Amino acid sequence: MNSMKKLFSVPFICFILCGTIVPMGVIAYYGLTDREGLFTLKNIMEIATVDHAKALGMSLLLSFLATTICLILAFPLGLILKDSKLGKKGFMVFLFILPMWMNFVLRTMAWQVLLEKNGILGGLGIINTPTAVVLGMVYDYLPFMVLPIYNALVKIDNSVIEAAYDLGADYKRVLFKIIVPLSVPGIVSGITMVFVPSLTTFAISNMLGGGKVNLIGNIIEQEFTASANWNLGSGLSLVMMIFIVISMALIEKFDRNGEGNMI
Amino acid sequence: MALIELINLSKSYDGEKVLDEFDLSIKENEFITLLGPSGCGKTTTLRILGGFTKPDTGRVLFQGEDITQLSPNKRQINTVFQKYALFPHMNIAENIAFGMKISGKTQSYINDKIKYALKLVNLSGFEKRSVDSLSGGQQQRIAIARAIVNEPRVLLLDEPLGALDLKLRQEMQYELIRLKNELGITFLYVTHDQEEALTMSDKVVVMNKGYIQQMGTPEQIYNEPENAFVADFIGDSNIVDGIMMEDRVVKIFDHIFPCIDEGFGKKKPVDVVIRPEDIIIGKVGEGIMDGEITSNVFIGVHHEMCIEAGGFEWVAQNTKSYPVGTKVSIDVLPENIQIMNKPQSEDEEAISLEEVLGEENIGEDNE
Ligand SMILES: Nc1ncnc2c1ncn2[C@@H]1O[C@H](COP(=O)(O)OP(=O)(O)OP(=O)(O)O)[C@@H](O)[C@H]1O
Ligand SMILES: [Mg+2]
Repeated sequence: MNSMKKLFSVPFICFILCGTIVPMGVIAYYGLTDREGLFTLKNIMEIATVDHAKALGMSLLLSFLATTICLILAFPLGLILKDSKLGKKGFMVFLFILPMWMNFVLRTMAWQVLLEKNGILGGLGIINTPTAVVLGMVYDYLPFMVLPIYNALVKIDNSVIEAAYDLGADYKRVLFKIIVPLSVPGIVSGITMVFVPSLTTFAISNMLGGGKVNLIGNIIEQEFTASANWNLGSGLSLVMMIFIVISMALIEKFDRNGEGNMI
Repeated sequence: MALIELINLSKSYDGEKVLDEFDLSIKENEFITLLGPSGCGKTTTLRILGGFTKPDTGRVLFQGEDITQLSPNKRQINTVFQKYALFPHMNIAENIAFGMKISGKTQSYINDKIKYALKLVNLSGFEKRSVDSLSGGQQQRIAIARAIVNEPRVLLLDEPLGALDLKLRQEMQYELIRLKNELGITFLYVTHDQEEALTMSDKVVVMNKGYIQQMGTPEQIYNEPENAFVADFIGDSNIVDGIMMEDRVVKIFDHIFPCIDEGFGKKKPVDVVIRPEDIIIGKVGEGIMDGEITSNVFIGVHHEMCIEAGGFEWVAQNTKSYPVGTKVSIDVLPENIQIMNKPQSEDEEAISLEEVLGEENIGEDNE
């Protein structure tokens, strides 16, 4: 029995080794050494330069905006989906998930074409601005917010909601005292799943920001490709990882239930 | 005047009639129990009264005012749900405080009430516990506590003691009745435990398939079941075919039994109900029919015995035990024989609307 269990765990151990520990080690190695292979903190400290700090700040700001907008859109949507009739429910969820199955680059490119000077929505004049980047983030990652929130909402037992009404609660109170607290685990995973990819993206800012909106993701990408400076790229990646861990810890503070559906 | 009137309620789910022209009137401070088999529409009736389900037709009156369309939070009614429905993200004290906070009670009043209610349901000191950490029976009692602290005009209880053991159930039955008398709350109680219904209620409503089968005091329901369904559902009964030969004479399995019923006509087929405890067991030849004991089980105070007589297995209860195989006779006192008309059709199984309303009106005129 025990040896069977050990046997089953072999693939996972391999995965963790090859997929997590080794790459992390390599990044940490590059990030903490210079081109000669000597230990240095210079790559880490690079984040303090004006350009890099500005990019990081911009990344944090835009992904915060995108996450907030997604949350504001997804929560009411989840409520509507929860209350709609059974057959319609599945179909509506399907409609919102559908774009997820389309290629990510294609989806973003579509917005590029739409927002371009000569595009259908060119009149808005938002191409190559932070607004366009946020729009792209929201469009690309909204389903990742909708799904966990919807799942948390449908899991709420209707009789609990009825009990709240029974005890005299009006809709506002039911919403804020019952529904929202009970969907916190879904909200937390939704936030995680939108915030983290938004923070690290470079494709969206490349296509919709036209090089004018420089996010930390773009800078890291350039270090690896154009500048071929793996050490600096890895160093900045490490810094970003720290930021993600900090934001996750902050979000987790709100997850009173602590059901462990983080990341 | 009646506090609550349910008038002509009908409800169907997927074309299936769950309630059919259901009428019920509840007086202030009355303890009414809905009793019936699973799926007969008890919960549906409560949900309509609580405001969670809208009837297809019919009206709900509260003090003469139509509240059929009123939302649940505006009704002076609280419910103890069959599925408890406690708030999983709140501790026990927060659960109980929920309704009182909404009605704007002071914190010290709320704290006192929580203490009082927890004591009442035998769970003192559980304030800080989480819902998850409670057993089913404990959750059920918290659900009762959460409802009663609001002192509603009407309390709806959907099998509120179903998850409790016998002793605790009896304790809680006693507490609920005390509560009703102390606070003057009107109770509408749902159960499928007939003993509970008979011991607690002022009035029992026996339901089947969305119809009221019989409505009356526990004594009436037990002693004078109006049809075979009620007789069968309330307590153990021997329900046999008989022929009413003339007034006060019924023939059962070719044996003549004297009884006290009149007005059924001559040579009329009827249903005869005889309670097990009313069967008198005697020596062969002493009673009306002779038979043989075929089984004997001790069920507490009594021995429950089956007696094969006239081709029917009679169930009899007696404090005296007769071994299996004993030849005995059976006899029944005339007043213990209950004669009922055979139902002509399914519709007649339910007592007709007029009859119910007629009785209600008479009862009210007298007051
Ligand atoms: N929301 C619903 N949708 C479809 N059918 C329903 C719904 N609610 C109740 N029913 C049906 O209506 C009938 C009566 O249900 P109800 O819950 O009133 O029974 P009950 O008397 O409370 O039974 P129990 O003693 O098992 O609780 C059942 O056949 C049930 O399947
Ligand atoms: Mg029920």
